[in-house]
Amino acid sequence: MPVIESVVCTFCGSLCDDLRVTVEQNRVLKVGGACALGRQKVFHDCEPTAVWSVEGMVVDMGTAMEEAARVLSSARFPLVYGLSTVSTEAQREAVALAELLGGTVDTTSSHCHGPSTMARQQAGLPTCTLGEVRNRADLIIFWGCNPMESSPRHLARYSAMAKGSAVTGRGQRRVVVVDVRPTPTAKAADEFIQIDAGRDYEAFTLLRSLIQGKAVPEDVTTTGSAGVPFERWARLAALMKGCRYGVAFFGMGLTMSGGREANLELLLTTVAELNAFTRFYAIPMRGHSNVAGSENVLAWLTGYPFAVNFSRGYPRYGPGEFTVVDLLERGDVDACLVVGADPAAHLPRRCVKHLESIPVVLVDPHVTLTTPLARVTIPVAAGGVGAEGTFYRMDNVPLRAAALVESRLPTDEEVIRTIRERITRAQDR
Amino acid sequence: MLKIANGRVYDPANGLEGVLKDVFVERGRVVEPPPQSDEWEVLDAAGLYVTPGAIDIHTHIAGPKVTSGRILRPEDHYGHPVPRTGFSRSGTGHTIPTISVTGNRYAAMGYTTVFEASIAPLKARHLHEEFHDLPLVDKGCYVLMGNNYFVMKGVAQGQKALLQEYTGWLLQAAGGYAIKVVNPGGVEGWKWNSEKVQLDTPVPPFNVTPRQILLALAEANEGLGLPHALHVHANDIGRAGNCTTLLETMKALEGRRAHFTHIQFHSYGITKKGGFRSGAEPIAGFLNEHPEFTVDVGQVMFGPATAMTADSPLQFRLRGLTGNKWSNADVEMESGSGVVPLVYRRNNLVNAVQWATGLELLLLIGDPWRVFITTDHPNGGPFTCYPRVIRLLMEPGFRREVLEGLSPRARRLTSLASLDRAYTFQEVIIATRAGPARALGLATKGHLGVGADADVTIYRPQGDVEEMFQRPAYVLKGGQVVAREGEAVAGGEGRTLLAGVNGCERLPGSLRAEFEAYYSVRLDNYPVEPEYIPCREVIACG
Repeated sequence: MPVIESVVCTFCGSLCDDLRVTVEQNRVLKVGGACALGRQKVFHDCEPTAVWSVEGMVVDMGTAMEEAARVLSSARFPLVYGLSTVSTEAQREAVALAELLGGTVDTTSSHCHGPSTMARQQAGLPTCTLGEVRNRADLIIFWGCNPMESSPRHLARYSAMAKGSAVTGRGQRRVVVVDVRPTPTAKAADEFIQIDAGRDYEAFTLLRSLIQGKAVPEDVTTTGSAGVPFERWARLAALMKGCRYGVAFFGMGLTMSGGREANLELLLTTVAELNAFTRFYAIPMRGHSNVAGSENVLAWLTGYPFAVNFSRGYPRYGPGEFTVVDLLERGDVDACLVVGADPAAHLPRRCVKHLESIPVVLVDPHVTLTTPLARVTIPVAAGGVGAEGTFYRMDNVPLRAAALVESRLPTDEEVIRTIRERITRAQDR
Repeated sequence: MLKIANGRVYDPANGLEGVLKDVFVERGRVVEPPPQSDEWEVLDAAGLYVTPGAIDIHTHIAGPKVTSGRILRPEDHYGHPVPRTGFSRSGTGHTIPTISVTGNRYAAMGYTTVFEASIAPLKARHLHEEFHDLPLVDKGCYVLMGNNYFVMKGVAQGQKALLQEYTGWLLQAAGGYAIKVVNPGGVEGWKWNSEKVQLDTPVPPFNVTPRQILLALAEANEGLGLPHALHVHANDIGRAGNCTTLLETMKALEGRRAHFTHIQFHSYGITKKGGFRSGAEPIAGFLNEHPEFTVDVGQVMFGPATAMTADSPLQFRLRGLTGNKWSNADVEMESGSGVVPLVYRRNNLVNAVQWATGLELLLLIGDPWRVFITTDHPNGGPFTCYPRVIRLLMEPGFRREVLEGLSPRARRLTSLASLDRAYTFQEVIIATRAGPARALGLATKGHLGVGADADVTIYRPQGDVEEMFQRPAYVLKGGQVVAREGEAVAGGEGRTLLAGVNGCERLPGSLRAEFEAYYSVRLDNYPVEPEYIPCREVIACG
């Protein structure tokens, strides 16, 4: 049976590229080498469940596209939103569409790692690729993230358990987890520091002081910090300063808890300062398969990584102003194109309520929680299964995902381009 | 079919300097004057200077490092919005403009070919994707190899043939044009937290020295017959006294083809007290006697800049010097990189000396065919500063005026005040197109002879040199007018220039096991697929 080797899995930000997929007569029979999430993703994406529809009625492709173009072009403040699970080819089209509409483009980043990116704009981001972690890192910290469950192969392929050139296995690495509760990742660690929720900033302040050799007030040395005894922080600071190549992975435990970008700014500053003593880097644990790509594409096209508005004919950046949650909560948006996201499942109730009140065009392979509130639904071939395309791993390494089966459906890229071309033609008339 | 009529043609490669001559263009190329040209469309160039399109031999405009800089620096974009027009995308940015703005600004300034100077092969797909959104200009890229695991291992084991095969494969895999070396061994040293790496410092894990890496890559470059020489960013950038390192590096490569890049940043002397001074004289003296070498200058201009290079240790040092934010990206098996925002200030002594050093080099190196005008965009300042650099070279009076506004100490620490040379228009044309085209081995660019690409920049002579070079009257790309009076007036994508390496289609078998063991991607998924470079022009290796 024909086996496709080195298949890129487009489920999470790890983009494992070593899957072996058996395909016969345009059907996937077996997915080898993937985690449970990746395997399910491939099977699930073989059979897109969405249909062409307008107001709940099944229609032909042309009618759905025409209605999508009409809805978006007649809006005064349209939003193009999502983009975290589609190819960069589709992302480039989406930005072009938002530009043409004079609308806003925002990604799932804005309610995920957006604060990390804002912190990066304040403090910079000293980082490295996942292969460097595998080859060199002798200290790995997972702070506010749980890859054992979100990116199940991360520890084996890239981090804790991986065999590298200079660091050849688990025995040569120290693994520390900092989180508010025990997680499966914590169980795989050498040390687990259970921190009080919302007190990360305090912990970073202490770590930074310790690393800089500054004096620490006595009440902190006696009572500890963030619910953790002082000695444990002192030991962690010593580990960080004493390692040869340290890497801190950080997740939504930091970006979406109290302090948000302030937490990250302090973490990134601490990491930068550690480089006076040793090599130390930080990597945001990006969740979706191409959310890293969306930031790159938006930046090379507009200069900004998310929350970009084109209403003046040029890109403007406005986290808090042009970010999806804020736009929907205020009720600013009067039409929305959703691509590669499921806002009804992930956004606050108030935002979903506003989405229910405006025309929504949903481009997605599947029926999702957003489907019932969409005016137009457009099914597409899933990237990495029914369609090929480029995806950026959490460390910004781009990979080409091939199509495994031939799909009767268009790609996200083709759909968005078609909508854009229809609107351009209508404007020219 | 276009006749560029009655212009004064400056085409140094064909020995023309201000000759009244018509240039005929058909299907994107310069052609022989036809017997009958009555039916040809005419572009009236009477009173104008007709030159080949300019070529930027070293710039940083696209790819992971540049986009990382864009994300890092929203403050670079806020005040510089560019609205969309009927044919061009909107964008933003001053020192690191968005990709569409970059292409339009280059073309509007008369540049028709540009080379992105560093790409780590693992991330090359990003560069080629972004190139699709770069309008108007032809482009190519240089592939980082000076800190590559397999290169260093090959050097340690003395496997010359294998190294040549590997470098050829890597160049192809990344869709590159030339081999680039950045701080050879020094970036690997950074990853091991080693002290400063000098030309003969053994670097872990294979204990090879930068000298060995340079020699091996220069040899591989020659063995492959690549159109461009080995493109070298030497060790020890930015430090007082580093002109000794550059001299040693050039001596190490004596007799071979090499291009030394942004040498301004490598041409510093040291005062008795350990301070910063120009070291341009010995460097220029050496280069004047070594016709095998070409250089670009990396001129520093006062104002904002963004330091971005694959030289990670330099960027961390800049963080320490400026206190500014710092991004870094180590790339497994291959390279590193870093980004730091900068401002060059007139009242900063070191910045003033840097500014003067660059001009000294441009004036002291006699042969314009071998010294090229760059700012190492955006490291010394954005490429939009080129017209001002040219004015500084053409007008000694203007140069003196700026110099007099600087600290008197800066004047004592350089020899600029004593230099009276003024570049002629023809010399500027050599240093910005004819010379770079020759150094890059581009037979159809940098001149207007029969068979040349019809990339033509037409200037309106005037008293204001800066204005003349900022806003050419016409810019033609492939025979089409793409810019007028300093504004882009067309869209469309240029070609990607690739080096036509032969016989290196696969990674040598003996390296495969290690590749699979230490890279975080499979070998199958490593080379940039042809889909990413649909519009390509392969330049044959000689």
